[in-house]
Order: sequence, then C-alpha cells, then structure tokens
Amino acid sequence: MKFQGSNTYVATPDLMLAVNAAAALKRPLLVKGEPGTGKTMLAEEVAQALRLPLLQWHIKSTTKAQQGLYEYDAVSRLRDSQLGDEKVKDIHNYIVKGVLWQAFTADQPVALLIDEIDKADIEFPNDLLREIDRMEFYVYETRELIKARHRPLVFITSNNEKELPDAFLRRCFFHYIKFPDADTMRQIVAVHFPNLKKELLAAAMKTFYEVRNLPGLKKKPSTSELLDWLKLLVAEDIPLEALQSRDDKVAVPPLVGALLKNEQDVTLFEKLVFMQRNNR
Amino acid sequence: MLIDFFYTLRSAKLPVSVKEYLMLLEALQVGVVGPNSGKRDGSAGDGAYKIDDFYYLSRTVLVKDEKHYDKFDRAFASYFKGVEMIADFTRDIPLEWLRKNLELELSAEDKEKIEKMGWDELMETLKKRFEEQKERHEGGSKWIGTGGTSPFGANGFNPQGIRIGQEKSRNKSAVKVWDQRAYKDYDDTQELGTRNIKVALRRLRKFARLGNEEELDLADTIKSTAANAGWLDIKMVPERHNNVKVLLLMDVGGTMDEHIHRVEEMFSAVKAEFKHLEFYYFHNCVYDFMWKNNRRRFSEKFPTWDIIRKYNKDYKLIFVGDATMSPYEILQSGGSVEYNNEEAGAEWLQRLTNAFPKFAWINPEPQGVWQYRQSVSIIQQLVSQRMYPLTIRGLEEAIRLLSK
Repeated sequence: MKFQGSNTYVATPDLMLAVNAAAALKRPLLVKGEPGTGKTMLAEEVAQALRLPLLQWHIKSTTKAQQGLYEYDAVSRLRDSQLGDEKVKDIHNYIVKGVLWQAFTADQPVALLIDEIDKADIEFPNDLLREIDRMEFYVYETRELIKARHRPLVFITSNNEKELPDAFLRRCFFHYIKFPDADTMRQIVAVHFPNLKKELLAAAMKTFYEVRNLPGLKKKPSTSELLDWLKLLVAEDIPLEALQSRDDKVAVPPLVGALLKNEQDVTLFEKLVFMQRNNR
Repeated sequence: MLIDFFYTLRSAKLPVSVKEYLMLLEALQVGVVGPNSGKRDGSAGDGAYKIDDFYYLSRTVLVKDEKHYDKFDRAFASYFKGVEMIADFTRDIPLEWLRKNLELELSAEDKEKIEKMGWDELMETLKKRFEEQKERHEGGSKWIGTGGTSPFGANGFNPQGIRIGQEKSRNKSAVKVWDQRAYKDYDDTQELGTRNIKVALRRLRKFARLGNEEELDLADTIKSTAANAGWLDIKMVPERHNNVKVLLLMDVGGTMDEHIHRVEEMFSAVKAEFKHLEFYYFHNCVYDFMWKNNRRRFSEKFPTWDIIRKYNKDYKLIFVGDATMSPYEILQSGGSVEYNNEEAGAEWLQRLTNAFPKFAWINPEPQGVWQYRQSVSIIQQLVSQRMYPLTIRGLEEAIRLLSK
C-alpha cells in the first residue's frame, strides 16, 4: 500500500517517497521542518490513509525513554501489600505498559508518532537506540523480552531545538519538509478552502509571501498561520479590495495579527509599511 | 553496486555510514523505487526507472540533516552528470582529490604514460579541459576522450563522478531537482553544535562530582522499598551537587560581531550546563569596569575590583574574545578605544588571572591566523599561553586544563 497524500493533506513527491520507503523497510522516519509545516499532521494523515491505528507519544522536557517502554508502579504495589491484596503476588499487575510496548504487541501493524523528540533530555534518543533499531526491549522486573510482532511505522518529529546524536540518526530515515512554494501552497489552500474565491486567494497569497520575505522577522508566518488567516478573512467576509489597495497607498493588511505572532514583529511590520508609505 | 556513488558522497564530506549504504541497497531490492514502484497517480509502473525517485530515496536514506542537503545535491550531480560538475568541484576541492581518484582508477600502464607528461602538468591540462568542456558541453559538442586525442582520455578512465563518455544529460528534467540547490541556505559548515559543546563541557561537570560524600537517596529508598513489597531497602547515592563555578567574561562588539553566532551557541551550552555561572561583558580588553547588559553598558557598570572581590578563587575564569585589537589597547593606559582608562588593560588582565588561578581564554578566531596578529600573541603571553580556539578540541583542552 502506498501513501499518495490525502484529500486533506498535500504531500510533495519527495515526502511521499520518504514515507513509502520508511513503510517498506519498516524504519523510523525522522521529520524536520519549520514549525507549522505539518509534521505532526503527517503521521495522522498517513495512519489514516494506510488505515493503521495511530499511537502517539508526545515528548516533554521531563519525559524519560523508560516511560515509553513501561513503568513499574511500585507505590501501588506497596499499598496493596499493606492491604493484603492478593494481586501483590504477581508483579505483572504493576507493570504499566508504555506506548512502545503497546505498539510492539498490537495485533495489527500500527503507526507510532514520537512527537517533538528534541524537547527531551539530550540523552533521550540514545536511550532508544535498540528499541528503534531492533524493535525490542527487555523488561527487567519480569525478565521477559518484548519483541515487536509487527514492526510499527514510526514517525519522529523534531523542531531542531537540540541536535540528535549520530547513532540515532543512522537508524532513521530523514525528511526535511521544505517550506512549500507558491504552487504547493495553492494546492494546500485548495484542499482546506475549496470554495475560496480565486482573486481573494491570489491577493492573500501575494501578501503572505511578501510578509514572509520581510527581513528580520523573528517568527515567519507558516502554513498553519496562513490557513488561520484565510479562515479569518472568510469568516469576517473581508472584501477583496481591502487586500488589493496597495497600488495607490500601502496599508497594513487586515487581521495581520493572525500571521504575525510576535509583538516585535508586528511593530517592525508596521514600521516598514509606514516607511514605504513615506517613500512614495 | 553503487559503491562509486557511496564514495563520491564520502569524498564530498557527507557523513554516510556503511549501515546507511546497505539500507539504501535494501530499499532498492525491496523495490521502493524502480520499474514496479508505480506512478504517483496510483496506476501501475511504466517499467522505467525514474532518477528523480532514486534521488529522493537516496537522500531520505543517506542524509540525516538538512544542512547536508546542499552538499548532497552537489555530490549527486557530480556523480550523475560527470564532468560538468567536476569542473565546479575543482573550485571547492583541491587537486589532491582529482589526483587520488585518478590514481585509483588508472591502470599501471596508463600511469606510466601519464608520468611522462608529469602530474602537475597533467592536472593543469585536465583542469583546463574540464572548464572548456563545460562550455562545449552546453554547446553540444563531444567530450574529451571519445576522440582519443587527449593523453588521459584515450583509455577511458572512469573515476567516481568523472564519467567521461557517458550518455549525455540523462533525463534532463530530473537533473533539475538537485541542480536547483534549494537547500543552499541550510548548509552550515560550522562544526560546533550546541550538542558537541555540551558534551565537551560535561568533562568539567564530571570532575565536580568526585570526592563528595554519600547521602541518603530518599526517593529511591521509597521506591525500592515499595518494589521490595514493603521490606526496607535503603539506597545511598553520591552527592550530586554540581559545584563548578564559572565566571565568564565575554568580548562584545567590534570584531567579535562575526563570531556572534558561535559565541551564542557556546553561551547557551554553558548556561544550560552550569548552575553557578556569572558572566560579564567587556570590549576588546578588560579594564576597570564591565557590564552585564549590553544595552545599558554605560549606565550599569560593575567595577572589576568588585568582581575580583565578590567571587572567590574557586571560580573558573573563562575569557571569550578574539583578542584582536591594537596593542596600545592592551599595553597603554588611556589606550582603550572607548574611554580614557587609567590603568592599562594588561594590568587588569594580570589582576584577574592572579585572583582566579584557574583560567583560560577561548578565542573564536581560527588558530591559523593568531600568529599574524600582534595583539593575540601579547594576550597569549599575558594569559600564560592558555588560549584555545573555539572548536571542540580547543574547548576540551581548555576544560581539561580548568579541571586539573
């Protein structure tokens, strides 16, 4: 089965190939890219398209690799032993399965999303080497080896906050989602707003890429911001003229707050617009 | 199979490992790309190999960081387009590269012939030919070698990438993909990443843990007691206070501007790694005051005397600066470019290094240029040769010195 994009997600040929290669060889796919280019969405869409259940593991700065495998709930065992519960004799009752365990032992192949792996401690990826490579791990408490019945399709996303160790990278496939060019972007918008008027879209896209190309922005607006902005433009029923008025006078585009999420950026933007107006 | 390709990537300085290479072969075997991979619209394959697909596949499997994409694009082009790209390469990659390839690929007989001509001369001619060829190729005429007139092409050597006499422009539309070099901006030749710096700094941290007493680990005791089904199990651990104290003095502005990115990286790594970190800024050389906030550098001054008194000599003193200035700024009173300093910078430097016996100077300028700058050697003398470049190796050496 091949991933071809879906009717809610536009995938470029290189992205499709990366996904299909990862799926064919059952290797994890590491996805990087600017925030808002649809890294997390990708796992959801692929899982849906290939009809695989999706398990998600969202990484935080405090997440430990062990938590993805299993945890031994020692405290409830202590409590149960005080109460004389029969359960206490079997340690299996206190092993809480983590996401990886669930993915490994599932009856059918599953998709697994390890989201924002760069948020965790610097050693986190190193602790998962064997699990990612061989798709197995050892449970010390019960002395059993958990081995994947079907190798899950693993997606790992990273925002580049920390560099990942080479040993880890070597075990993954890698894809960098480039910021979409204008054509791809038009397709993406068409998927999300099938009924958008052509002229409005053209004007909005023009403004969007102009804003993106401004030098010195702290956070450039991304795909998700463009989609939000378009949603607002449609909801507020902003007339086309409001976006096109730049021939005679330069104005701040309406609802620009949806594109620029940073006070300093908004100020900078207004300053630039003001300067341009004075130049005329 | 594809071994030449693999080595082309290696010689383009891409960190490709054997494991990844084998994985690529595996992917080809499974048929991720190829005649049976099917068209993108879902219909059955047309029986043709698509070079685009191979490009994407090999990139996905072999390249693990977008900063290498550009290098990969160039190496890929050089392998699949042969001579045209090599002409480009000679600008980046020195003659040795070509020479090595030639030595590998030529038979003994050919070598003998060539030796008559002399390597250097040959290389010169070869390079010239390559450049010519690029133009001629665009004009659409013949490659060297096919006519049999050139001294090195006659027997058809075929080093990786130098594909003389290969069919021209295979699949022109596909070539464009990597020729766009869309990832040029991501190519980041700097070798210092925060991760590497952090690993280098760990050495200092480890040292700090030595010689500490053991203490009761309450959390682990509770956990293991519970795990033991209620039998008390006391756990002790060595005390883990990271006692390293660092006083970081950083040069800002002027010639340091070009190093700002790397210094920032180092700073962020240092900040994450040490609990006791104090930092101050100076400009070019240390004088009688420093500042903490660059914007308010003239309103919020911290006298150097106070800094010397405030921190005890356990602090490890690290200067970060390019030590590039006029020698007067170090040796003369009143030599500062910014104000009239009463005492020379050298005096203050001496005072600081006396107050903090563990000190080092990290210099972001490449070590090769130090010898050409008078001020660098003066500073080196003043800090008793404890100047290290801002590279992983330099940092490690500095840390080793500091943790002694």
